[in-house]
Amino acid sequence: MKELIKNKKLSIISFSGDFDKLVAAFTLATGSAAVGYDVNIFFTFWGLNAIKKKKGRAFTGKGFLARFFGFLMGGINNVPLSKLNFLGASPKLMTHMMRKRNVATLNELVEAAILLNINLYACEMSMHILGLTKDDFIPEVKEVIGVANFLNYSEGGDRMFI
Amino acid sequence: MITKYLDITREHCPMTFVKTKIELSRLQKGDRLEVLLTEGEPLENVPVSSEEQGYKVISIEKIGGNIHKIVIEK
Repeated sequence: MKELIKNKKLSIISFSGDFDKLVAAFTLATGSAAVGYDVNIFFTFWGLNAIKKKKGRAFTGKGFLARFFGFLMGGINNVPLSKLNFLGASPKLMTHMMRKRNVATLNELVEAAILLNINLYACEMSMHILGLTKDDFIPEVKEVIGVANFLNYSEGGDRMFI
Repeated sequence: MITKYLDITREHCPMTFVKTKIELSRLQKGDRLEVLLTEGEPLENVPVSSEEQGYKVISIEKIGGNIHKIVIEK
């Protein structure tokens, strides 16, 4: 039984970068890691905003357009709600409600993911478009990878696209 | 051998499991963790998933209302 649990694996492709979808991804990831799964999260495109070192709006990236996009996209403290965003007010209200009801906030879930040694990977291709380097991300990001490595690392487990 | 204490009665999914797992990972072999948790998913799953990950559940005791105390040994 112990061996069986050891082989369980969940790999999440975090694409959307929306507040609520990131909460869903990190909730599944941390919950799975806590019950003994190996967990990988592959951040691509909008999802990369969740692992940027600069958590607010900043001119991140190389090149004028990339830096402009970097500013518009921002970091984890700027991610929008997928519905009813109201110019960014809703994620802040939602975080307030989560705290009030003693539910883990997005930042707390990310901290937990790091403590649980969840493997965080960044997508090479979207980093290239956005002019980002590994140094633009939190140091816990393990590796910059592409599709082939993602398939290798997620082999034999469940895969999810969020 | 030391015993640490954790109250997850006010926590919700996934932090019930997450906090237990993080505390367990900080213990040395032979140390114990005493966890206060509520009936429902925490009581049904924390002891089972701890056992599955190689920890030993020493006792489960109802201490009033819907709150239970479980002792887990690393």
